[in-house]
Amino acid sequence: MYREQLLKKFNPALDNILYILHELQDNNPEHYLAKEDIRVCADYLEVPYSYVHSVASFYTMFSLKPRGRYIIRLCDSPPCHLMGSQSLLDYLKKALKVNVGETTQDKMFTLELTSCLGVCGVAPAMMINEEMFGNLTPAAVDSILDKRRKEL
Amino acid sequence: MNLVRNHVLISIDAGTIMAGARAVEKTLVNEIASQGLTDEISVLETGSVGATGQGVILVVYPEGVYYGNVTPQDIPELVEEHLLKGRPLKRLILSEVPRQHVIKKEKTGLLKEQPRIVLKNSGIINPENIDEYIAANGYEAIAKALTTMTPDEVIEETKKSGLVGRGGAAFTTGIKWDFARKAAGDIKYIVCNADEGEPGTFKDRLILEGDPHKLIEGMLIAGYAVGASKGFVYIRGEYALSIERLEKAIGQARQYGLLGDNILEGPFSFDITVMKGAGAYVCGEETALIESLEGKRGHPRNKPPYPVTEGLWAKPTVVNNVETLANVPDIILHGALWFRGYGTEKCTGTKVFTIIGNVATPGLIEVEMGTTLRDIIYEYAGGIKDGKQFKCALVGGAAGAFLGPDMLDVKMDFVNLKEYAAVLGSGAILVMDEDVDMLDMLKSVLHFFRHESCGHCVPCRLGTAQLVKIIDRVSASKGKKDDIDKLIKIAQVMQATSFCPLGQSLNLPISSSLKYFGDEIRSRVR
Amino acid sequence: MNLEDLKKIREKAQKDVELRQKQARIRVVVGMGTSGIASGAREVLKTFVEEIGRRNLTDVVVTQTGEKGLASREPMVEIFEEGKPVVIYGSMDSEKSKRVVVEHIVNGNPVTEYAIEVM
Ligand SMILES: Cc1cc2nc3c(=O)[nH]c(=O)nc-3n(C[C@H](O)[C@H](O)[C@H](O)COP(=O)(O)O)c2cc1C
Ligand code: SF4
Ligand code: FES
Ligand code: FES
Repeated sequence: MYREQLLKKFNPALDNILYILHELQDNNPEHYLAKEDIRVCADYLEVPYSYVHSVASFYTMFSLKPRGRYIIRLCDSPPCHLMGSQSLLDYLKKALKVNVGETTQDKMFTLELTSCLGVCGVAPAMMINEEMFGNLTPAAVDSILDKRRKEL
Repeated sequence: MNLVRNHVLISIDAGTIMAGARAVEKTLVNEIASQGLTDEISVLETGSVGATGQGVILVVYPEGVYYGNVTPQDIPELVEEHLLKGRPLKRLILSEVPRQHVIKKEKTGLLKEQPRIVLKNSGIINPENIDEYIAANGYEAIAKALTTMTPDEVIEETKKSGLVGRGGAAFTTGIKWDFARKAAGDIKYIVCNADEGEPGTFKDRLILEGDPHKLIEGMLIAGYAVGASKGFVYIRGEYALSIERLEKAIGQARQYGLLGDNILEGPFSFDITVMKGAGAYVCGEETALIESLEGKRGHPRNKPPYPVTEGLWAKPTVVNNVETLANVPDIILHGALWFRGYGTEKCTGTKVFTIIGNVATPGLIEVEMGTTLRDIIYEYAGGIKDGKQFKCALVGGAAGAFLGPDMLDVKMDFVNLKEYAAVLGSGAILVMDEDVDMLDMLKSVLHFFRHESCGHCVPCRLGTAQLVKIIDRVSASKGKKDDIDKLIKIAQVMQATSFCPLGQSLNLPISSSLKYFGDEIRSRVR
Repeated sequence: MNLEDLKKIREKAQKDVELRQKQARIRVVVGMGTSGIASGAREVLKTFVEEIGRRNLTDVVVTQTGEKGLASREPMVEIFEEGKPVVIYGSMDSEKSKRVVVEHIVNGNPVTEYAIEVM
């Protein structure tokens, strides 16, 4: 039911589809677009389910798989790569015991790679949900992860 | 705690060094030591303090006294009088303390003066308060346009200024507006491209976050010129703060009647909607962006028809980059001639460059078009980090060219770089030092393209996958003898047959890296 | 709003800005762009507000601005003081901010080690 409630904020016009999908995904407890999310969106905009699905699968910020509470998006574009994002990736994989695209067993963190986040002046960088972090080192990553673990 | 009593700042820049600043500094430090004041008085080097032609300049704190034309011979007296006895030395005090110019000469940005047009207010005013923008002469240009100029005159002025698009394609802005103005139809749109996905680029973000009203004013002027009453700003989804600040700014402008119906109580109406992207580099391409705005997958469209005749919902549409639009208010306010005073004959104005990678102070600068790569790296960004050697720079983003040391003195502008088979693109400059493994960098570039290929056309979809497969095996020392030649061939085929510039442009980083570092890269397969 | 109103608002805004600068002996401006925030500017802003509040320094105001471009020196903080050159601090954190409040704002001695530019 909460989904229908969310949709009321938007005009049922096709050009609102990205906003609607963002809203549905942000409010899904598993931070992804479930079948139900896509169905609700399709009904609201009066387009086929397959249409919404094809749009959702095109954009990298949308996930069609359940994700953790915190989505880590590590930048691996050339500038961050040059400044050491590869070693951070290795570190994150080890620290979280996951591969790219996977979620930790406790459903806390999902590890993803992303293209340039536009903060290359403080490379290497990553995003956790809506927050940006720059000048990353393994130690900095540790304290960022710890802080989030403790928040629970 | 031992509190420092006075701070003496010595301005160190090209001018003061020529005037002998180093000798003055040395004498000063020695004199302070010989008077036993080292713990109480600290000497600090600073960049330019904005006064030129005044010889060596010192500033003494906490009084904030400026001294000019200081020589080593003056030091004993200055230390005795001011630092010991607390009496400023009148005969050396600068009568005119440096003041601001019409265009603020930024002194902090990477420690050197910059002519700032689009970033004039960024980092100075509070972007969340419209009054601060208005106090800095904001919205005066749209007022001038609406009350003293016809739309045709606005277009004429913009054409005369020589402003070309800052999004990469460098198309003349005034001409683009003219096409849209003359296109048939009553409903027209202004779309601002704030998708900024080019790796290494964050100039538009600084404008959106630091001075959002400047963009709004630029769009208002474009709307008036073209005859549009509706604008969209397509911002990439990752730029949360940009979206927040721009939406706040739009709300404030509406409250003041600077957006909405009958702006400044005249016949012109215009409003702006913010659209949030969802992560797709190709959506920066203008027709893909329009598809995305319409609520579709962001695949590029066929051109022609061009957006100026058939764009958003098949209406005439101007798509302009953030930086392009942010130049417009000052052009209208100060005139085309003033704008042409910056840059080169063929390429006018300033350009914002993001200078990153292995440099001492990565960041962003706004300098005149035609500034050399050497100046940008060594004068503004402090040279190569840790005193290493320059190896090359990737200029123009991931789809740009690797430029070696022989290109350091090349003038950086859209026209000139083209002559060297390079591109200015978004103005991103990624600097690499002597230790960088070029195969690894090329691999990173190719991975970026594979990730961002939209999959719409076959050459790009399959080509990027092939390229990544090949470079991955070469990088894992499992390369085959002809692998490098295969990379070249695939890139050439992609350039000839891909549907949009994303697939076509990959040839540039591949061919340029092989041009400079062919031996280094090929040595990995032998 | 018409042209006349815009002019009035501009005059008033300019006066306000001036007045604010006069009323406040010192203005602390924290760079709050994404690069700054990604390097810890929120923490810095918080520290300044707290430390200044704790000392009841009513003639000091703390405001924010966007990014200047010197990403490698974020978070950046500028201190404006009537009649004195502006001091810009770089690579700030919470501890450094406390020192700037004590030494610069309270005692009038800029902390030279953190200053990256004076203008
Ligand atoms: C793959 C690709 C990505 C692009 N990304 C951007 C971008 O992020 N921002 C931008 O302004 N232009 C981008 N462009 C250029 C736009 O297509 C278009 O030329 C530009 O927005 C026009 O504005 P201008 O004339 O003000 O430069 C991109 C082009 C291509 C082919
Ligand atoms: S060249 Fe690449 S990005 Fe462009 S349309 Fe083809 S697949 Fe999409
Ligand atoms: S390359 Fe990583 S933020 Fe730009
Ligand atoms: S699928 Fe689009 S060009 Fe072939």
